[in-house]
Amino acid sequence: MNARRLPWVLIVFLLLVWIPWFGSRYYTFLATDIVILALFATSLNLLIGSTGLVSFGHAAYFGIGAYACAILTKTHGLPFIVGLAAAPVLAGAFAAFFGFFCVRLTRIYFAMLTLAFAQIVWAVCLKWNAMTGGEQGMPSVPYPNMDWMNALPFLAGLRVGEKYYLVALVVVAVCFALLRMIVYSPFGRMLTVIRENPERAGFIGINVRRYELAAFVLAGAFAGVAGALFGIFNRGVFPDFAYWSKSAEVLIMTLLGGMGSFWGPAVGTAALLWLHQQITAYTQFWPFILGTILIILLFAFPGGIVGAIDAGLTRLRRRRRA
Amino acid sequence: MTEPTFLFGQFVSGLTTAMFLFLIASGLSLIFGVLRVLNFAHGSFYMLGAYVAWQMVQWLGPRTESFWLAVLVAALAVALLGAVIERLLLRHLYRREELYQLLFTYAVVLVLGDLAKFTWGTQQLSVPRPPSLEGALHLFGVQIPYYSLFIMVLGPLIAVAFSLVLSRTSAGRMIRAAALDREMLSALGANTNWLYAGMFAVGSFLAGLGGALVTPVRAIVPGMDVEIIVEAFIVVVIGGLGSLWGTFLGALIFGQVLAFGILVFPGFSIFAAFALMAAVLILRPWGLLGKPLK
Repeated sequence: MNARRLPWVLIVFLLLVWIPWFGSRYYTFLATDIVILALFATSLNLLIGSTGLVSFGHAAYFGIGAYACAILTKTHGLPFIVGLAAAPVLAGAFAAFFGFFCVRLTRIYFAMLTLAFAQIVWAVCLKWNAMTGGEQGMPSVPYPNMDWMNALPFLAGLRVGEKYYLVALVVVAVCFALLRMIVYSPFGRMLTVIRENPERAGFIGINVRRYELAAFVLAGAFAGVAGALFGIFNRGVFPDFAYWSKSAEVLIMTLLGGMGSFWGPAVGTAALLWLHQQITAYTQFWPFILGTILIILLFAFPGGIVGAIDAGLTRLRRRRRA
Repeated sequence: MTEPTFLFGQFVSGLTTAMFLFLIASGLSLIFGVLRVLNFAHGSFYMLGAYVAWQMVQWLGPRTESFWLAVLVAALAVALLGAVIERLLLRHLYRREELYQLLFTYAVVLVLGDLAKFTWGTQQLSVPRPPSLEGALHLFGVQIPYYSLFIMVLGPLIAVAFSLVLSRTSAGRMIRAAALDREMLSALGANTNWLYAGMFAVGSFLAGLGGALVTPVRAIVPGMDVEIIVEAFIVVVIGGLGSLWGTFLGALIFGQVLAFGILVFPGFSIFAAFALMAAVLILRPWGLLGKPLK
């Protein structure tokens, strides 16, 4: 019980903040990638893990956030903070509109409709040349203005990528703190009730659809933040951000880490991206390896990494007691 | 732009696309109807059908009637692969949530996609038309290749054949019963194991057949698996998951949307197709000709 009271987000933040000084440039790069996509995966888990809704189109909101931020900062020359604020608002607004229809459907149809909406977003990004740059996407999205860091001790000597890591880490940490608050709030508990038994939740007077829609909007908004951060990190925004294989990718990260726990998706993201870096150094057949890992995972460790660790710990504790 | 000849040409091309898609999507729909699994790997089976057909044509000699043998071998090989995957792996996931099944079939997409790249490389491959179907028919000023005509006849033939099997044979009765209530069927003592494996094999056969038959018309490239599966999803969702004639109707609509959407503005087709899919899901989630799941 006490473990939950600890400020875990702060602890993890303090552990990760040192990477630019101690890790190499390569590790800072990898850490930025992991931190941003961990937010994407954790936002999805608000739907899957907490509410029991399997979205197959979560990349739509990631893409909308990325384009919103890129268009505002690059095309219109507005400061980063405006783009960063607009991303969750726009992604959340689209999630509200799409979600309104999605939450009316059950299971497989819900998944199909989220997929259809995401593909619509992808098609618009792909074809609306004037706004999104079409197939070419939007290359060289500007970094935020980080010159103010030069006035601070320790930070002055950092490279741009390292400064951006710190910016992304702070934004993601705030989002994680918010997500954790949401999950453990009375609202989050209601989502769990709905996940466990939607019919019963309805009988005891919960407006199931409204709660599901609220979860959908929140998940979309946080995915939008992740998209905005990723577009800058990636030095460009492309239609593929919203394509269905991106939605599948984030589902895999979530599953790999474990949908049953708050930190599971983040752990899964770290594991998957690290593995990707390691394996692509040896072979170009990464999808084959990923597919194989996924199959093993589905059959042997359906609870993901965190689920497997939990099961192992429980077994250890039981043995000690016996 | 909108002269009758042009419109007729678009109509015909839409019809050809539709019948190709019907071949593939019907397998997807039948598998969903019985197994309740949305099979992402269906696109991979289609791709493998194309590659195997190309390989067979290389061995048997291009521009001969052995093309037909190559098509048959490709479809059967894919059917066998489908049955093996179903028996060895997929069946263990029937009791789990849909998410696990979806991700399993996606894992198969990843593995088969890379295996195909490993075996056949990444360059574009193509297969010439068989000599018996070279040339074209001139109709109202539009050239319709004989090969397209053949596909336009084959699609409805397969639809009729399947609906006869479903309505007249004992296997068809089992399939319809499984679509209605799987537990009851197995409780009544029917061997559902064979039914599921058989259904998955037949569905895969159709995907392989579609892939093999498409080779004289479209280039064989990596990525064709991912592209076709989304189109097949649109078709089955519009028509109704699990409904054979629904899939037929869905394919016809999709083909025409693709063919005429281009008149609105380039790039509109793809948007319109997904918008149609979303609209159907919102207004009639079980599709135009499908029945609501219980």
